[in-house]
Amino acid sequence: MLIVTQLAKYLFIILLLLFSLRDYTYFRYRTEEKRRKAEGRQLFDIYVFDILGFGIIFMNTWDMKVALLLAGIFIYMAFTSVFYKVLYPKASILLVNNMLMLLSVGFVMIARINLTQAIKQFIIAAAGTALALLVPVIVRKVKILQRLTWLYAVIGLLALGAVFALATISGGAKLSIEVGGITIQFSEIVKITLVFFLASKLARDTSRGSVVVATVVAFMHVGLLVLSRDLGTAAVFYIAYLAVLLAATRKAHYTAIGILGGGAAAAAAYFLFSHVRLRVQAWRDPFSLYDGAGYQIVHGLFAIGAGGWFGTGLCQGSPGTIPVAVKDEIFAAICEEFGTVFGICLILVCMSMFILIVNMSMQIRRRFYKLISLGLGVEYAFQVFLTIGGVTKFIPLTGITLPLVSYGGSSVVSTIFMLAIIQGLYILREDEEDELTRAVASQVPSDRGQEH
Amino acid sequence: MRRREKQENSIDYGNRGRVPGNDTRQLERELGEDVRALMGESRVSVPLPPPEDDPEIRKAAAKKRRRRNAVYYTVTYFFVLIFLALVGYMIYFNVRLRDDVMRSPYNKRQDAQAKYTTRGKIESIDGTVLARTEQDGDGDDYRVYPEGRKYAHVVGYNTHGKSGIESIANYELLTSDESVVQQIIHDLSGRKNNGDTVVSTLREDLQSAAYHNLGEHQGAVVALDPDTGAVLAMVSKPDFDPNTIASDWNEIIGEEGSSVLVNRATQGRYAPGSTFKVITVLSYLRKFGSTEAFSYECTGEITVGEHTIHCSNGAVHGKQTLEEAFTNSCNCAFAYMGKQVGVQQLRRTAESLLFNASLPSALLLSNNSSFKLEVNAEDFLIMQTAFGQGKTLTSPLHMALIASAVAKSGTLMQPYLIDHVENADGLEISRSDPKSYKKLISEQEAAFLEGLMRKVVTEGTASKLADRSYTAYGKTGSAEFGKTDGTIGTHSWFMGYAVKDGKKIAVAVLAEGAGSGSGTAVPIAREVFDAYFE
Repeated sequence: MLIVTQLAKYLFIILLLLFSLRDYTYFRYRTEEKRRKAEGRQLFDIYVFDILGFGIIFMNTWDMKVALLLAGIFIYMAFTSVFYKVLYPKASILLVNNMLMLLSVGFVMIARINLTQAIKQFIIAAAGTALALLVPVIVRKVKILQRLTWLYAVIGLLALGAVFALATISGGAKLSIEVGGITIQFSEIVKITLVFFLASKLARDTSRGSVVVATVVAFMHVGLLVLSRDLGTAAVFYIAYLAVLLAATRKAHYTAIGILGGGAAAAAAYFLFSHVRLRVQAWRDPFSLYDGAGYQIVHGLFAIGAGGWFGTGLCQGSPGTIPVAVKDEIFAAICEEFGTVFGICLILVCMSMFILIVNMSMQIRRRFYKLISLGLGVEYAFQVFLTIGGVTKFIPLTGITLPLVSYGGSSVVSTIFMLAIIQGLYILREDEEDELTRAVASQVPSDRGQEH
Repeated sequence: MRRREKQENSIDYGNRGRVPGNDTRQLERELGEDVRALMGESRVSVPLPPPEDDPEIRKAAAKKRRRRNAVYYTVTYFFVLIFLALVGYMIYFNVRLRDDVMRSPYNKRQDAQAKYTTRGKIESIDGTVLARTEQDGDGDDYRVYPEGRKYAHVVGYNTHGKSGIESIANYELLTSDESVVQQIIHDLSGRKNNGDTVVSTLREDLQSAAYHNLGEHQGAVVALDPDTGAVLAMVSKPDFDPNTIASDWNEIIGEEGSSVLVNRATQGRYAPGSTFKVITVLSYLRKFGSTEAFSYECTGEITVGEHTIHCSNGAVHGKQTLEEAFTNSCNCAFAYMGKQVGVQQLRRTAESLLFNASLPSALLLSNNSSFKLEVNAEDFLIMQTAFGQGKTLTSPLHMALIASAVAKSGTLMQPYLIDHVENADGLEISRSDPKSYKKLISEQEAAFLEGLMRKVVTEGTASKLADRSYTAYGKTGSAEFGKTDGTIGTHSWFMGYAVKDGKKIAVAVLAEGAGSGSGTAVPIAREVFDAYFE
């Protein structure tokens, strides 16, 4: 029994390592056939990972629900990869695979800590993926997306205003709102609307006035989050704003001003708000605040330390002692039972996910779409950095989820939607190219005329 | 200019327009190469034809493409960099920071290791087993302490929490560095791995000498090697039997005000008595640069307001130089000296010698010594403080550290209790390197104090240490304290060191309520010195 678990922990590492290597070597393959094969192998890695993971959990609990969950996940993954291939042959299967791998790691880890939550997470993820299949169609059919600039801003600010009101009432403890039995974390929706706002504002017009307007609206978003004590999401928004601004204007000095302004704002927040100071203090010496702000960090570090390089083995550690183990601290729980090497491989998978997204946005031609997919990609990457960096005490802990891996319906659905939007824009790119080619071809004579 | 740029902007579209078929592929190839060079490209829809037209146009298009996506590359590089930094940090964490995290007293997880590992042995540096694990009839582990009470506080216990070496070396004791083959064999046969053996710096002969000679007194003895900081002996009384502590627990902690479990060597807080005069003379030297000018006429008492200070045992010392006052431990002279030195200088000197601060090596879990004297304190309190009464409190460990700093020309070595760790087969895994903690006092100051402390042995209150094979230095103390019944008792203190053939040992002895330092503490220190140099 123990031998199986101990062997499996090395297998997990090998599987994830192979999976991420396949991400990085994928583009060496020049033929469609080889690429399809690589995609297939990745899918195989995911299936084996799930079988092993849920197999061990099953042997430890003898709970039939574990087997049912595994069956459900298999069906879900099979449907997802088939649907994408059939409905959207131009989509990036690599991106879909990465999504499924990260979801799987999350499912296994959450199921090991709390089976009920894993089942809930699975149902939400499956429903989200099904809905998200429509997103590329919507992106293609709805032509006015770029003109809804102020709608995005209004939605974003209203939602964050509601969060702020709620946070004020609950003393900063609550950041989600319950609507009809489902708790929604509004900031997860605003992640998408903010990027849409910035992209639509700056794709058309990068004059100074436009930049100022975009900046003011972005800072209102960030400010509301800081006041609501959701510092992690505030930082994510701010970085996304900087990236979109830089990509739209291509002016380094705007970004330099943005970075300086952000730095000044962070310093001001540090002196103005005690909750910001507390976070920094808890980062510098969490042990001195063991009974307070440092508790979560300390227990996360204990877990990572207990795991060492190769982990204790699934179901052999005690991730239950980590506060919010299935949410903000899930990376610590993963490192405890799967080991630091596995954690590093997980970072590599997240990194390849990000590179893939930027790569896709580089191939998109329309500015608006390009900026959207870059903005969403940057949000993803920075969120990964914040949560993993925070849990490992590399940077101050901001209390933010690891996208696709952490438990949390809003987080997982919004990430799935973000990826679906990027897929949609990426698929559009080829249609776009055909149109552009035709349009430009008809203009060619006059173009030439001007040139001479 | 503007117009021209605009033209350039459309150049790639223009190209496509002219020769749609080939140029589209052409462009795609270039862009493909471009992107692939860095991070690859997601799709190649058509097998690529060889380049065929104008290299100028191709170059321009590629350049255009690169410019267009330059920001995207920058953003990518930035994030790749911070992700790699994160990976680097995780490696660093596991290599460098992990052990400290695991050792944290808050960390309950190490005990989970006990499921897979038999807690290792604790030995003295000369091979005496101080603690080992045995199994009872049911196959449950229990701890055996062959030396029993003698090492009770310093080795500690592993039930109802942990203390002593059992606590500070918990991580090592529960870590198995047996060979991988051995571990796999254990895994397969369902046995636990053997935890590492922790070899402490304690010496059985010195510990015995300290333990037996402290006798029936309550108090503590600490011995250190000044050159390395290694703790050679550490005794605290009253003691307990670590073998039966689990069953005795309620009895031990049940008594009102019971302090049996307190390691008095590190956590006891006592008035330093005359041993504090070391700090007072040092303050005088630091303030006035020389001690020549000091002179005092001792009449056996000195009156401040309504309080009168007496010299011990009603002695009248007559005219005293600073050296004589120190050697004779003349309280009146020191009361006068304290007034001359002033609160600020006294405080500065005390704090430079680690009063009101954590002692080095948090692992020893020592209490801070406190020096509490306000600038506007009454004269009487200042004078009392100067000869070691007042509100000052210190631990025997702290006094031993000061003595060892004097012995090492002013440098304090970081004290440590673990000499090395070996695996169950005796293979060395790690070793503590002696570390210098701080230069507490200058070499001249150390030489000055050494001269005074030598005089105490040759002519003063520690004369029982004269005429030995080694050269001893020290200062005695008789610290008065209010007993619970309202009468005044006297703690017997000694702090000092001895040298022979380059070998050194620093010792602090405290016997509670045992009278004068010269009567009780000095003979105990002598036994420890004798045991060390024999």
